Amino acid sequence: MSMLTPFKRASGLGTTNDGVHHWWMQRLTAVALTPLTLWMVFAVAAHAGDDYASVAAWFAQPMTTTLLTLFVFTTFLHAAQGLTVIIEDYLHHEGAKFAALIGMKLVLVLLGVSSTLSILRVAFAG
Amino acid sequence: MAEFTLPANSVVKTGKTWAAPAGATRVKNFRIYRYDPDSGENPRWDTYQIDLDQCGPMVLDALLKIKNEIDPSLTFRRSCREGICGSCSMNIGGTNTLACIKAIDAFDGDVQISPLPHMEVVKDLVPDLTHFYAQYASIKPWMQTQTPAPPDREHLQSPEDRKKLDGLYECILCASCSTSCPSYWWNSDRYLGPAVLLQAYRWVVDSRDEATGDRLDNLEDPFRLYRCHTIMNCTNTCPKGLNPAKAIAELKKKMIERR
Repeated sequence: MSMLTPFKRASGLGTTNDGVHHWWMQRLTAVALTPLTLWMVFAVAAHAGDDYASVAAWFAQPMTTTLLTLFVFTTFLHAAQGLTVIIEDYLHHEGAKFAALIGMKLVLVLLGVSSTLSILRVAFAG
Repeated sequence: MAEFTLPANSVVKTGKTWAAPAGATRVKNFRIYRYDPDSGENPRWDTYQIDLDQCGPMVLDALLKIKNEIDPSLTFRRSCREGICGSCSMNIGGTNTLACIKAIDAFDGDVQISPLPHMEVVKDLVPDLTHFYAQYASIKPWMQTQTPAPPDREHLQSPEDRKKLDGLYECILCASCSTSCPSYWWNSDRYLGPAVLLQAYRWVVDSRDEATGDRLDNLEDPFRLYRCHTIMNCTNTCPKGLNPAKAIAELKKKMIERR
């Protein structure tokens, strides 16, 4: 039985003085992803059916390398922020929440880094 | 973790039907959620057949008629019967609203009435609002100033600054919005919910209040404020036609502004 007063319960451990940055970055990455995703969809569609050499040549163009890397970075950053919110919303067991947040971030870092390296490798090593 | 099995008392059974009096011509069925935690029984839906020719026009009139003339055990809160006290907030026909200002003829078929969603039920249509009120207290809903008021009058406020409180001061804290909000359902232990955030904004934009920074500090938290995902149920359901979602958006703008 808990003898906490309602006010004590409502105050909890206080504020974290955090959250603005996360919220703002989520909006910024969403805005950035709108043109990036459109470009990605049309660019990939335009190269459908091409052989490896011509796609690698396209990757090697500085603008393509830049936009592909930006697309991958922004996508995984946005995904990490969105998944953080979802996990915080729905996982109410502190231990499970902690583990899920860390696990999710590690997986996304792995995917993001391997995607970026793949782009760079095709772009520079052909 | 998510609960995959529901508590034993969560299944709502079919209850008793109270038939309309003989000779009634305009009969309306009111399906009302009944629950008495002391009895240990599951909640049930009781149906009351009301002769609308012998009843006032609002849902609260029907509830009062049931309590006075049919079943005195029916429990609900009510006070002003004109939408200013916020006591009779409940879920009517699937939407949180005030029974006293909701017309019975707004509903074509049966009228289904249950307590505000996702709150502990004290009895029948009475939810436990203790935590909601404690959260309201936590935002310090009173004017805080360093500068004393002039000795012979109150703090002054220009008509333009007073206008900023329109759409906020009308909130009667009926909790219809907060209890319609999925974010509040899942995280009300830490998320303040639309009603309390609207009230917080009411003090943040009050030109006379001098604790604006402290107030924003107190809200700057991933849970207290940022659990709002702009679902908009709050604005949809507000029986006073207010816009808590906009007030929360304005708070988020203030947070960006002061970065």
